[in-house]
Amino acid sequence: MDLDDQANVNRLAEESEGEMIVILGQPDPNSTALFAETVTRGDPTWAGPLAGVPLGLPVYHVLEPEIKESMDPELYQEHVGLMELSADVDEIIKWVKYYREGGE
Amino acid sequence: MSLEDSDPMPEPAILATRYVLAHAPDFVRYGSKPTREVEADPALLDQLAASLRPWDEVVSYPPNQVFIGNLTPDDLAATERPWYEHRVTDASADGQFGRIVTQAALYGLMKLSDDFDMLTITDSVAEQARHDLPRFEHRLDRIVGVTPDELTSVMADNDGLPLYFDGEVAGFMRRVHEQDASLDPHVLFENLACKATAVLAVADLLNDGEVTPADIDYLLNTGEEAVGDRYQRGGGSLSKAVGEVVGCVNATGSDIKAFCSAPVHALITAGAMVAAGLYRYVLVLGGGSQAKMGMKFRAHLRNEVPVMEDCLAGMAFLVGPDNGDGMRLRLDLTGKHPIGAGSSTQAVYQALVVDPLERAGLQMTDIDRYAVEMHNPEITEPGGSGDVPRTNYRTLAAMAVMRGEIAREDMDDFTASRGMPGFAPTQGHIPAGVPYLGHAHRAMRAGEVDRAMIVAKGSLFLGRMTQLVDGVSFVIEHAAGPQDSE
Repeated sequence: MDLDDQANVNRLAEESEGEMIVILGQPDPNSTALFAETVTRGDPTWAGPLAGVPLGLPVYHVLEPEIKESMDPELYQEHVGLMELSADVDEIIKWVKYYREGGE
Repeated sequence: MSLEDSDPMPEPAILATRYVLAHAPDFVRYGSKPTREVEADPALLDQLAASLRPWDEVVSYPPNQVFIGNLTPDDLAATERPWYEHRVTDASADGQFGRIVTQAALYGLMKLSDDFDMLTITDSVAEQARHDLPRFEHRLDRIVGVTPDELTSVMADNDGLPLYFDGEVAGFMRRVHEQDASLDPHVLFENLACKATAVLAVADLLNDGEVTPADIDYLLNTGEEAVGDRYQRGGGSLSKAVGEVVGCVNATGSDIKAFCSAPVHALITAGAMVAAGLYRYVLVLGGGSQAKMGMKFRAHLRNEVPVMEDCLAGMAFLVGPDNGDGMRLRLDLTGKHPIGAGSSTQAVYQALVVDPLERAGLQMTDIDRYAVEMHNPEITEPGGSGDVPRTNYRTLAAMAVMRGEIAREDMDDFTASRGMPGFAPTQGHIPAGVPYLGHAHRAMRAGEVDRAMIVAKGSLFLGRMTQLVDGVSFVIEHAAGPQDSE
């Protein structure tokens, strides 16, 4: 996650006072895991504003059923349909859940 | 040859391709990321130095062997990962359409490309450089060095950037303007490295004998470096600067700036120039991005893998009238991502891949091979950027499913047979589909591939002037290939 995005997440988390969730749209498990870790435990690369800042934000992926069900189906198909078909959905969900649920 | 002698509407083709890698371990410290990180934490420099690869490991690294043409992308797909642990036995630095040169050779190329006496190198580096540049004949008399004492004296008398060889100071880039940030020694070091790697790629291509340097009419540089002083910043050009070194005395040129997708924009432009009869031979070229060296070094250190962004790349492509053996550029099958297309993945691939094919009544399965951004995944995955080519090929396969061209269970086969693993250094414009062109030419000559599509995307938003992305594509066919869509 680049430095600007980390700074924005940090700022929004402060302003929202616990009313914020993060929805990721990463196309693969590897980057999903890194982004999910960044907004929960802090930036593991120790490069950005979230280094050492465990925000513990509730993090989801746009491919998770609870997110899909909350969106307009036509819009979802238009913007996410292709990714849903091409991505390794199970593995992506496994990693985002892992960090959301604080797994070890 | 005058225009009167030319065909009225020549069929443009890519006639030759050439690639270079310059191993430059002591340049990594001056990549943008390492420069900033080491400044903040000087102890990182030792860790970085300890994780750099020696020459033998760089030459025998399977993706590098694919880049210069000694292995095919299919060979790489069959090679177990991590590739840095499954090196090629008896690997050669000379490939079918490229070569890997040493850091000394790179310093030599920079020295002979330096028209303003900005760069000083030691005589031992200069001597090694002359030895390490076989089959290169331009300006070799300019590769001269100084004694260590003279170097010390130059550094004492000037402000500038110390340069290293095997961790020791062995060169210096002096400051040429006191106030101009666009002419900072570090900026000029980047630009000179870009020029030097492009010079080698162009010289090697012209050595191949298809044409002579004097035959080139126009040069299109696609490198990402910002050339110019403070009144133009990146508004300048490297193309004639490169052509001058290798003797393209009849050429002028300009630079095409389009982030990562510039080489594909340039090849389409070159094809159009040839087709229009404006110029007969156009060279598209691009040198390496020094700023991107070591870009992901922190992730590589964290994951205890070698720091693999240790080479500068260069490439050159000759576009001219088809001679019966070239890769014909199908200008009627080019794709573009227009401003109004939207930036969802679907919208981008619809515009770049599906729309041009549909115009010609072709299907996605009529393309034998797709070349997308060919980033080496071994470099990008530790930093969380994933396997870029694989993601793109999965997306293309999903589009073919949505269009009813293939069954969902055939996606893996589509990805494997029409895609390929990434093998290019992560230097912006270098991976933009075009590293496949050398392999495409070989495969077309062997009758293995009839038609291929090159797809490039660019991150326009990085410059903070728009949130847009960009993309362009083209299709190539061999003269002996399919004629069904004409």
